[in-house]
Amino acid sequence: MGDILLHVKDVHKSFGGLKALTNINLAIEQGTTHAIIGPNGAGKSTLLNTVIGRLVPDSGSVMFGGRSLTGLKPFEINQVGVVRVFQTPEIFPDLTLLQNVMIPALAKKEGSFRFNAFASLFKDTDVRDQALAMLEDLGLAEQKDREAAHLSRGDKRRLEMAMGLVQRPRLLLLDEPTAGMARHDTNRTIDLLQEVKKTGLTKVIIEHDMHVVFSLADRITVLAQGTIICEGTPDEVRGNPKVQEAYLGGAHL
Amino acid sequence: MTLDSPRREALVMAVFAVVILTMPLWMAPFGASYPDLLQKFAIYGIFAIGFNILFGLTGYLSFGHAAFLGVGSYAAMWSFKALSANVLPAVLGGVLISGLFAALIGYVCLRRSGIYFSILTLALAQMSYNMAYSVLTPITNGETGLKLTQTDARVFDQLAGVVPEAGLPSTSLFGLEMTGYPGFYFCAVALIGAFFVALRIFNSPFGLKLRAIKSNQTRLLYTGFNPKPHLWVAFILSGMYAGLAGALLVVTDPLAGAERMQWTASGEVVLMTILGGAGTLVGPLLGAGLIKYFENIFSSFNAQTLHDAFSFLPDFLENTLVFLISPFVGHGWHLTLGVLFMLVVIFLPGGLMEGIRRLTRLVKARRDRNSDPEGAAVVPPSSVEG
Amino acid sequence: MDALLLQVLNGLDKGGAYALIALGLTLVFGTLGVVNFAHGALFMLGAFCTVTLQKILGTSVRVRDESVTFFEAYKEVPYLVLWFGDAGKAVLQWVVPLSILLAIPVMMLIGLVMERGLIRHFYKRPHAEQILVTFGLAIVLQEIIKAMFGANPIPQVVPPIFSGSAEIGEWLGLGPGVSYPWWRLIYLAFSLSVVGAVFAFLQRTTYGMTVRAGMADRETVGLLGIDIENRFTLVFGLAAVVAGLAGVMYTPVLPPDYHMGMDFLVLSFVVVVVGGMGSLGGAVAAGFLLGIVQSFASMTFIKEILPGIDQIIIYLIAVGILLARPRGLMGRKGVMET
Repeated sequence: MGDILLHVKDVHKSFGGLKALTNINLAIEQGTTHAIIGPNGAGKSTLLNTVIGRLVPDSGSVMFGGRSLTGLKPFEINQVGVVRVFQTPEIFPDLTLLQNVMIPALAKKEGSFRFNAFASLFKDTDVRDQALAMLEDLGLAEQKDREAAHLSRGDKRRLEMAMGLVQRPRLLLLDEPTAGMARHDTNRTIDLLQEVKKTGLTKVIIEHDMHVVFSLADRITVLAQGTIICEGTPDEVRGNPKVQEAYLGGAHL
Repeated sequence: MTLDSPRREALVMAVFAVVILTMPLWMAPFGASYPDLLQKFAIYGIFAIGFNILFGLTGYLSFGHAAFLGVGSYAAMWSFKALSANVLPAVLGGVLISGLFAALIGYVCLRRSGIYFSILTLALAQMSYNMAYSVLTPITNGETGLKLTQTDARVFDQLAGVVPEAGLPSTSLFGLEMTGYPGFYFCAVALIGAFFVALRIFNSPFGLKLRAIKSNQTRLLYTGFNPKPHLWVAFILSGMYAGLAGALLVVTDPLAGAERMQWTASGEVVLMTILGGAGTLVGPLLGAGLIKYFENIFSSFNAQTLHDAFSFLPDFLENTLVFLISPFVGHGWHLTLGVLFMLVVIFLPGGLMEGIRRLTRLVKARRDRNSDPEGAAVVPPSSVEG
Repeated sequence: MDALLLQVLNGLDKGGAYALIALGLTLVFGTLGVVNFAHGALFMLGAFCTVTLQKILGTSVRVRDESVTFFEAYKEVPYLVLWFGDAGKAVLQWVVPLSILLAIPVMMLIGLVMERGLIRHFYKRPHAEQILVTFGLAIVLQEIIKAMFGANPIPQVVPPIFSGSAEIGEWLGLGPGVSYPWWRLIYLAFSLSVVGAVFAFLQRTTYGMTVRAGMADRETVGLLGIDIENRFTLVFGLAAVVAGLAGVMYTPVLPPDYHMGMDFLVLSFVVVVVGGMGSLGGAVAAGFLLGIVQSFASMTFIKEILPGIDQIIIYLIAVGILLARPRGLMGRKGVMET
């Protein structure tokens, strides 16, 4: 058993009277791909948001590499090495693709604040090269000087992915990376993520598409109504009657 | 306006410097080649360039920048009065004190964003203006304004053994009096420096981060940057630009009054920046130049000049035209400004720079069509207009 | 005690003007989501409705001044006086209340034209552009007024029966000493009744209920199939009328000039912010409150302790509130935060 990178301990979160998360415990091992699945409203996004600091849990803690993430600001969590790829692409619409990817690359290099108003962006060749290489990997290099607002939806999602990967994160959180994609694009994304997996990057994926989940995940956690109902390897989860009943409505995978 | 190599940066600077320094020559045909107006071009150009670093790059709309202009003026005046008639300490002091003041105001205002930020800057600037008029009279001399007097201390000058001449002292750069053309060239050099710094900021990683704030501040937070200190620095920088402009105002005309801190004066720099094109490098300068030009030229028109101008027309037409135009000139030139500004915001939110861009694109498209009629047939008309 | 009462009264009439302007500002904010920097100009236009009526009714002719016998003297006599004698004179003295009748349709029209012609094209544009275009409009309006009426303030008269002061002290049994100009009392009563009328309108009519629902939750009302933008054109007109009436009645207190709108605008924004953006009750309460605070701050003994405090107290409060409680006294969370 490898080192545990992300440890979610006894997390509770409720909005008003509504319990969104109850008693969540997760241990994610270094180098693995961990999928979180569950029906709509199961609390998957809430869980992700508590990890990245958008929401603060009512109780419990989130530990990352032995350090508590609870109460850290989003940019601090990013600087620790936890990077999130958003479900709806949240890019910088007025900037070019290259600039979009350079910004997270700069953040990785510079930390959360640096006053470099007199440095030249054009001399920052390493950041530029990293960003270009990333765009190349994702097949966006030809469009590098376009404004991101004009991209197709699929390309925006790939750009979003490039912005996450360029930071070479220690933990990558992917929120439905293939939602709304055509089969062809979905397969490309799976290939890309399998490629990334070889580098030993730890990933947490929230996904609806079972094809994606079973192609990528080492372990799967099933959430329903804010609690974990099952956790295990894909085969264990596939065979678990509780999952089939609660989540899949008896249908076979 | 992004340039992709340091060599192009140098080229732009060289062209810019030549254009600014030869202004007395090429402004002559426009009837604007007198030192007073040229000084104003340079000074308000600096003010607008600085305002644009905040508004143009980050999208934070401040309605209180005139306060920093005023503080720069007062600080420079005090340097003249207490230290020396030399302009260097005055300019330096103006920039520094405004920077400190901007740091304070910015720290408070940047706790909020959007419309709240605008209202906070508006309220704080108006408060500073009211204070300059009332409580701070010992420093600002209230309504009368701060002036140079024969009896000012001028410690450095006394130490240097400068014998005060009869009459009011004048500001100088090591003996060179800062009125007329020398005054303009001093401001022009400051403008070139200010432009250079802005150019570097635009092409720096810092500038890119500021643009990212304007584009999508939330996303920036999740890429690992903390927007707050970046905004704060941008605010302070633009405050220092305003301070420089304020100091130069009293360098060329040593009198500082509170009215230049009023919020309508803050509105003026907003007008300049929007008119020229917020977020572009040259736009604000263009806007400042145009507004100062029209302020001087339009406001000097009166009914008689109009009658002269249209005297070639039949009397009836002449009188009608004069009647229609006269509310827009002379004292009414603010009306022209207001109308022009509204038209720009409504139809051309990117300002004159966007207008120029659209025009060149249109010309290019038309030329392409002429040279390649078959290709042009495929282009739908809407994409040509862009 | 007397001095205290007087300060409260002093604050209330100015507070009434603040409250009325802020009320309209908030209505427009809440329903249409527009930050209107030209709202102060509407206050100013209202005041100039009075000036216009005064000019029209006061149209005069030069006649020989019979009272001067040594040489031939002439004086200007308004036609009204020439034709109707004392009745004409009375009409002229009542020009301020009379101009309410003029201001209501005129301001409604101005409001509707403004909304249809300009503001509605900015609903979907960023707040910064809304601020800018209405700021431009404010400049244009004030410059038009300047071109038409000149730059000097134009004093207005109070109808004779309201001139002089009310002995408030005696009414309340405090003995003589507390007296207060009648007109300011009228202004206070007037602003309270306008506020009351607006609230009654919002509470009692179906239209008003839609407006309140729209302020509470724009999206849902839109989903219910109510065409917010068309429905709320009238709200803009209403806000213009309220601001205009505030201006009309304020003319005897402050002789109108072209930049009075800009002066009141900044303060009204402060009022809205203190009251809480989007909260009508907050706007009214904050208007009166800040009026009173300002009046207390200008008392001599307070100024001796804290010189100049009267000039800055309102801004200090606004800054403090924005930092400590950004939603203001009565506002909801998150309104216009981005």
